[in-house]
Amino acid sequence: MERHLKSAGPFIALLALVLAGALINDAFLSAGNLVNILARSSFIGIIAIGATFVISGGGIDLSVGAMAAFISGCMILLMNFLLGFTDSVPLIITGALLASLGIGAAAGLINGLLTTKARIEAFIVTLGTMGIYRSLVTWLADGGALTLNFTVGDLYSEVYYGRLLGLPYPVWIFLATATSGYVLLNHTVFGRHCLAVGSNDKVARYSAINVDRVRTTTFVLQGICVSIATIIYVPRLGSASGQTGILWELEAIAAVIIGGTMLRGGHGRIWGTVAGALILTLIGNILNLTDAVSNYLNGAVQGIIVIVAVLLQRGVWSSRP
Amino acid sequence: MSQSTVQLSPEMLLEGRSISKSFGGIKVLHGIDIELRAGEVHALLGENGAGKSTLCKILCGFERPDAGELISAGSALCLRDWDPRKAERRGIVMIHQEFNLAEQLSIAENIFLGRELRRGPFLDYRTMTREAGAYLRSLNCELDPGTRVSELSVADRQMVEIARTRVGNVRVLVLDEPTAVLTGAESEVLYELIRKLAREGVAVVFISHKLDEIQRLADRVSILRDGNLVGNFAIGDLNREDMVRHMVGRDIDSLFPPVRPLPDDFVKVLEVRELQVRDAPEAVGFDLRQGEVLGFFGLVGSGRSSLLETVTGLRKPPVGSRGRITLNGREVDIPDPRSARDLGISYLTKDRAGRGLLLDQNLRMNFSLYALSRFAGALIRAKEEASAFKQAIDEFEIRCPSLEISAGKLSGGNQQKLLLAKFLAAEPRVLIVDEPTRGIDIGTRSQIYLLLDSLVQSGTTIILISSDITEIIGMCHRVAVMYRGSLAGTLDREEFSEREIMRYATGLKSRTGNSQMKQ
Repeated sequence: MERHLKSAGPFIALLALVLAGALINDAFLSAGNLVNILARSSFIGIIAIGATFVISGGGIDLSVGAMAAFISGCMILLMNFLLGFTDSVPLIITGALLASLGIGAAAGLINGLLTTKARIEAFIVTLGTMGIYRSLVTWLADGGALTLNFTVGDLYSEVYYGRLLGLPYPVWIFLATATSGYVLLNHTVFGRHCLAVGSNDKVARYSAINVDRVRTTTFVLQGICVSIATIIYVPRLGSASGQTGILWELEAIAAVIIGGTMLRGGHGRIWGTVAGALILTLIGNILNLTDAVSNYLNGAVQGIIVIVAVLLQRGVWSSRP
Repeated sequence: MSQSTVQLSPEMLLEGRSISKSFGGIKVLHGIDIELRAGEVHALLGENGAGKSTLCKILCGFERPDAGELISAGSALCLRDWDPRKAERRGIVMIHQEFNLAEQLSIAENIFLGRELRRGPFLDYRTMTREAGAYLRSLNCELDPGTRVSELSVADRQMVEIARTRVGNVRVLVLDEPTAVLTGAESEVLYELIRKLAREGVAVVFISHKLDEIQRLADRVSILRDGNLVGNFAIGDLNREDMVRHMVGRDIDSLFPPVRPLPDDFVKVLEVRELQVRDAPEAVGFDLRQGEVLGFFGLVGSGRSSLLETVTGLRKPPVGSRGRITLNGREVDIPDPRSARDLGISYLTKDRAGRGLLLDQNLRMNFSLYALSRFAGALIRAKEEASAFKQAIDEFEIRCPSLEISAGKLSGGNQQKLLLAKFLAAEPRVLIVDEPTRGIDIGTRSQIYLLLDSLVQSGTTIILISSDITEIIGMCHRVAVMYRGSLAGTLDREEFSEREIMRYATGLKSRTGNSQMKQ
């Protein structure tokens, strides 16, 4: 009972923020604003679903923001390039989606293999690949920005702005990713192994678990999540530059931590992560709607929330050995 | 209180009276008396788990006794806040089996770690280096104090540990199995040092399993068994046979179920040939017969776990070595623990907390982790998993206040039962259990023995690695005895005797040139 109460922490915080928002400004509860919050949360949210796997498996991935920028750049270049060969825009977009998933999975695989086979700490590996992807996209854009051709952009923007049953597609994709993530982490052998590896990799090895494969898979999942997030991000702006996705890695990690997943691994909460991503977006949104705190303090409020979340967690887990 | 004035024996430096200690309700020391006198080398002898290390830790302040007193310089010490710092101030220091050095710092920095000399606000490297050099030379050790510890051999590190005690101030030096990690020549250097310190009036205590070393070095021997002091002897009053007898001499009581005879036409389940274990002196081979309990006995560090971890794919053999493993007549390849599991061979680690159980996870997750595929297709069948778990809790009599607690909250005995349940969920045909009853109370031990017996009855073949000789004798059809990484010999049940087994385990006897077990 006590445990259920404590794991409900992020959801209670989410509810409190919604109440606060409603009290502060009437515009907050408007359908337009709520839908906007959900849609904006979905980029970080989807990346954070992947991060939940990496972190609960005992790793960390700092490269996701740079990876998102790099994949965006590649997608735009590819779509512009394909335009010279075919007029079928849907075909072009499909090609770009597949390429995006492929690049994401490959980038994750590289992170994973460097961590497990080369035995370099995930923090160092992903710090390195973060720099690599970031400078690659800057180089591809020649220091400026890569812009998607209008012909493609018009149709592709449907992915971001289009709606199904009143909700934008990104929100549905976020929900689908989270649901799949939840099932994978909590109801499959892989998810169980992932938690075991994050909890104690020696025990996992002695329990006949292929520790390296599980760890590597978490990074591949992270890469795929980044690519999904990028697929819905590209039509929003239609461009990519060296500034795309800056600090997303920290926002994703923050969402995971706020959601109740422990940085030291072994415990993961997908719906907590979803709540964490929503909380981060809500803070910005509420600050926009009030004059009490400057909007420039958005980062500070988010920082405080992360720290408080960890303090509360310690209360939860300190009774455990 | 009055110090005896008519004293023929040398000055008493430290005396323990009726020292008792329990861990988690299990009594590990029962009223031990020990006297440490100036200039005497005092050996502590006993089987693994007899309480030697605990006694030493109490003497040096790393543990506090539950009852009893320590008397130093004629006065009883206050034991309520007895700690290593207070002990050190009285010149009582311990050299642990595992060294505690900062690898990346120099010898001098290590020797002065935590008590650095300063000149003004800055570290006084020159004086520290000079004094460290002086300490080392007083140990007849010519190391350069500026050398990094990471570059030193094990023996040199040990010297640094000893030098760190600031030799001049030490009255009582306690060494926990100091030669376990040393080569023969390195041990000689240490013996010489111990004799020198004793001549200078230090009381030296050392734990050892090596009977020859005790005979050569010690003036007195205290022998412990199951936390009791068997006796305290002058070295001249004992021969090696006596030592072994005192160490193990106890009746095998009704703790063990009767060993069932094997049929004469036994089948070999597992044949291991020419298996080279990393860092072992030679390749090893052995056979396992259908339905038997094969014991692996040896002292700590004799290579039993390494051997069986290599068999089950947990350790990689050295590159290029070609061991052969045959299971039920078919040659098999076991590159990883998963293959072992799928072939029906399970290894149950002795390191319950570090390698056996996820201490911060709940019992159910621990239970199903090893045999998870039994309860899963694409998804885990939660109901099936939960009911198998509940059944295991009943069957293995795992006692827990709630099924939701984490495994770390279970007592040692219940953790061991959970570990057994976890590995038996895979229904192995060959079960390798490593020290299944270490640190476990007598009631649970007996439960575990009955469980192993029922497994044997149902056709499982068992390898029992144990450092408890009574357990080996009580449970096994045959025993393979290891000594320093080699198979010293294999004994059939008719040949079992504690003394005979101990002779092999201590290197007194070996079926020479026969590291392959007789077939």
